[in-house]
Amino acid sequence: MAEITTKPRPKPFSIPRQPMPEQPPSVRVNNFNEVPYGFTADLAVLEAQRCIQCKNPACVKGCPVSVQIPEFIDLVAKGKFAEAAKKIKETNALPAVCGRVCPQEEQCEAPCVLGKKGEPVAIGRLERFVADYERVTGNVEIPKPGTPTGKKVAIVGGGPAGLTVAGDLIQFGHDVTIFEALHKAGGVLMYGIPEFRLPKDIVQAEIEYIQKCGAKLECDVVIGKTITVDELLEEEGFDAVFIGTGAGLPYFMNIPGENLIGVYSANEYLTRANLMKAYDFPTSDTPLSKVNNVAVVGGGNVAMDAARTAKRMGAENVYVIYRRSKKEMPARIEEIHHAEEEGIDFRLLNNPLQFIGNEDGWVTEVECEKMELGEPDASGRRRPVPIKGSEYKLPIDVVIMSIGNGANPLVPATTPGLDTNKWGNILADQETGKTSKKGVFAGGDIVIGAATVILAMGAGRKAAAAMNDYLLTGNW
Amino acid sequence: MFPIVESREIAKNVFFQKIQAPRIAKKRKAGQFLIIRKGEGGERIPLTIVDSDPIGGTVTIIYQVVGKSTAELSKMKAGEELQDVVGPLGLATHIENFGTVVCVCGGIGTAPLLPIATSIKNAGNKLVSIIGARNKELLILEDEMKAISDELIVTTDDGSYAKKGFVTTALQEMIDAKVKIDLVIAIGPVPMMRAVSEVTRPHGLKTMVSLNPIMVDATGMCGACRVTVGGEVKFVCVDGPEFDGHLVDFKELTMRNRAYLREEKVAMEKYEHKDGKCMGGSN
Ligand SMILES: Cc1cc2nc3c(=O)[nH]c(=O)nc-3n(C[C@H](O)[C@H](O)[C@H](O)COP(=O)(O)OP(=O)(O)OC[C@H]3O[C@@H](n4cnc5c(N)ncnc54)[C@H](O)[C@@H]3O)c2cc1C
Ligand SMILES: Cc1cc2nc3c(=O)[nH]c(=O)nc-3n(C[C@H](O)[C@H](O)[C@H](O)COP(=O)(O)OP(=O)(O)OC[C@H]3O[C@@H](n4cnc5c(N)ncnc54)[C@H](O)[C@@H]3O)c2cc1C
Ligand code: SF4
Ligand code: SF4
Ligand code: FES
Repeated sequence: MAEITTKPRPKPFSIPRQPMPEQPPSVRVNNFNEVPYGFTADLAVLEAQRCIQCKNPACVKGCPVSVQIPEFIDLVAKGKFAEAAKKIKETNALPAVCGRVCPQEEQCEAPCVLGKKGEPVAIGRLERFVADYERVTGNVEIPKPGTPTGKKVAIVGGGPAGLTVAGDLIQFGHDVTIFEALHKAGGVLMYGIPEFRLPKDIVQAEIEYIQKCGAKLECDVVIGKTITVDELLEEEGFDAVFIGTGAGLPYFMNIPGENLIGVYSANEYLTRANLMKAYDFPTSDTPLSKVNNVAVVGGGNVAMDAARTAKRMGAENVYVIYRRSKKEMPARIEEIHHAEEEGIDFRLLNNPLQFIGNEDGWVTEVECEKMELGEPDASGRRRPVPIKGSEYKLPIDVVIMSIGNGANPLVPATTPGLDTNKWGNILADQETGKTSKKGVFAGGDIVIGAATVILAMGAGRKAAAAMNDYLLTGNW
Repeated sequence: MFPIVESREIAKNVFFQKIQAPRIAKKRKAGQFLIIRKGEGGERIPLTIVDSDPIGGTVTIIYQVVGKSTAELSKMKAGEELQDVVGPLGLATHIENFGTVVCVCGGIGTAPLLPIATSIKNAGNKLVSIIGARNKELLILEDEMKAISDELIVTTDDGSYAKKGFVTTALQEMIDAKVKIDLVIAIGPVPMMRAVSEVTRPHGLKTMVSLNPIMVDATGMCGACRVTVGGEVKFVCVDGPEFDGHLVDFKELTMRNRAYLREEKVAMEKYEHKDGKCMGGSN
């Protein structure tokens, strides 16, 4: 791909927001390839020309890591894609990921001035284009690490939070080792978010980039089991530890039949499909049974990912059972839209009461009751109330429970002096990531609960700055 | 990478391997297990750590070939490397001086019980071991168990060696003979652990069993390993693997372990096909 020369800019308001070409629904339900193809260079330039280069850009305030949005978009408009990538990377180490999975409609694109009258600039799509351009053309510049400080840092967990901290601390000149429990780093990016939404070779490339920058990565190390945090500090010579272990404890509803065969947590289903590549079975060794009727319980991004994965695994009917209405669904609009296009059957205002199985222990039916919306609850959303006598049964072969994740207790339980709240989240200062234990910082989902990639990265960035401070001064 | 330093068949289809994994060797306690993934595309399979050498940095596994992953693993020779070995996982066995402890092992269960029995003995308990197998060929670790036990009873289902009968028969005889027993630990196939628990239940004899559900991550992240114990859902990989046998829902565990029978068969058939017949063993 050569950098293209641009024609004189047309008036921004005369250009509509450019759609991103994507696989048609009937084709993509049969494969695990990424759904959108991404912008071409021409489309990217055209879209970039829509930005009016606000003096006081509202978009930047909407981005949790303050990407220099007008600046990078200006570079795109001028066809300087590699430079645009560099500009984004000043504040965001994983643009290819964020461009794909950030909820832009709530973050950077929500306050964009163009959105007031028409449609906002497609900031996410541009970010994604620029990052892909850089990767595909092999123009990824490896920054020189900072002057060695002689300080050693251990990062627990190789998800977006941990990777961000690692990237930053390398630049500050510290010696960084990431310890990851699974056989591959990346966290949810690797085991949770499906291939068709975030190709794994992109995640892998980002991880390799951070390794090339100088961070060491040790997979297959479960902190709390293989080594404890105290041992890292006292025996292995680390001067500080960052904990970014994520929200990896699946919730169940505790209703009858939840342990029948065929009832999965979304974590298990998606891990089998993504990390263990069950869609490639028996070429890969980890199976997922082929079935026709799948019920996904929940209404967030995780539920959408599970439903769309089940469709691709060959299920004819995939139901999303959610107890509120579409308006309350926490999933991104784009994901709901994609799921609808792919023929996912939304059973809104429905609540599962129990799962029923056959004598072999396989789930065969779900009993649901219908709901209606009542008064707003503590979260401000209208509370769903059951409609008496509305129970009905739906034949199913697989259930995927996607009702949320809590904090995995492995690290807190084995780290004396590390305080948690009543849900098990590690207590850490919002601005610095400092925990109740000296030298130990934390951030990402393990602190704030299941949230977003960019929030985890934002927390990582702040923690890295505070860790640098601590490592250089020793002040806690 | 984790090199295999020793590999041999110790009974029909039962393999012994020593793996270089220094961090795990240093940390591991009796009752814990590890996860092995042979290479790219491989399954993560849980296996008990039978022994470890913290100085030499090795861990020992003993396993039975039951499907594709264990078959592939058994073909690996000393010098070859495993891509992933994770551990030590699960909670260590609670060891103290209980008094008299009876360790009941069925088939391959002798392997995971050996380290536990050793710790039990070292804690000052009187150790009675009952080891059983379907036939003489399948009996493993008899000498090792004998060396640590105050008393050893061996049974074979078909009577091809030692006492004919099931391990439960031998245990029942001890109970009938009014031998004072303070704790029973049973490890083996699910039906055997269930049978032992039924033998001890009427006597209120505390019985610990070690469960082997299907696992994926083995760090508490997926819930594949969940079992019902005393009406509560537990994740075996982090809350176990040992539980009170009188509280375990064995029926559910048995059913859940059959989840992938069909797929396991497909994998094994494809593997055997490729490994031997069609490609002339070239792969
Ligand atoms: C299916 C799914 C879809 C999602 N979709 C989106 C989306 O579209 N957009 C978005 O912004 N967000 C999305 N999210 C949320 C987002 O992925 C998370 O908020 C984000 O990944 C959190 O990052 P983290 O680094 O805190 O934790 P994680 O990504 O969870 O990473 C934690 C890492 O730590 C490792 N670890 C855990 N315990 C230990 C231990 N004891 N020792 C060593 N390592 C350990 C884990 O194996 C893991 O690799 C989604 C989440 C899921 C599950
Ligand atoms: C904590 C724990 C400790 C274990 N320790 C030992 C040991 O020391 N020695 C030993 O021989 N075996 C042990 N097992 C069982 C061992 O993990 C399985 O035999 C192995 O995973 C089977 O893999 P496969 O691909 O060869 O067979 P598959 O083709 O996958 O399955 C064949 C049979 O094994 C069962 N099985 C499949 N996957 C698993 C799994 N992940 N966990 C348990 N059972 C499974 C199936 O129900 C089936 O009956 C242990 C299991 C657990 C959970
Ligand atoms: S990082 Fe996310 S929120 Fe920030 S500009 Fe990029 S896409 Fe928008
Ligand atoms: S708010 Fe919109 S138009 Fe203004 S600089 Fe940001 S992206 Fe461009
Ligand atoms: S194996 Fe995944 S939670 Fe136990």
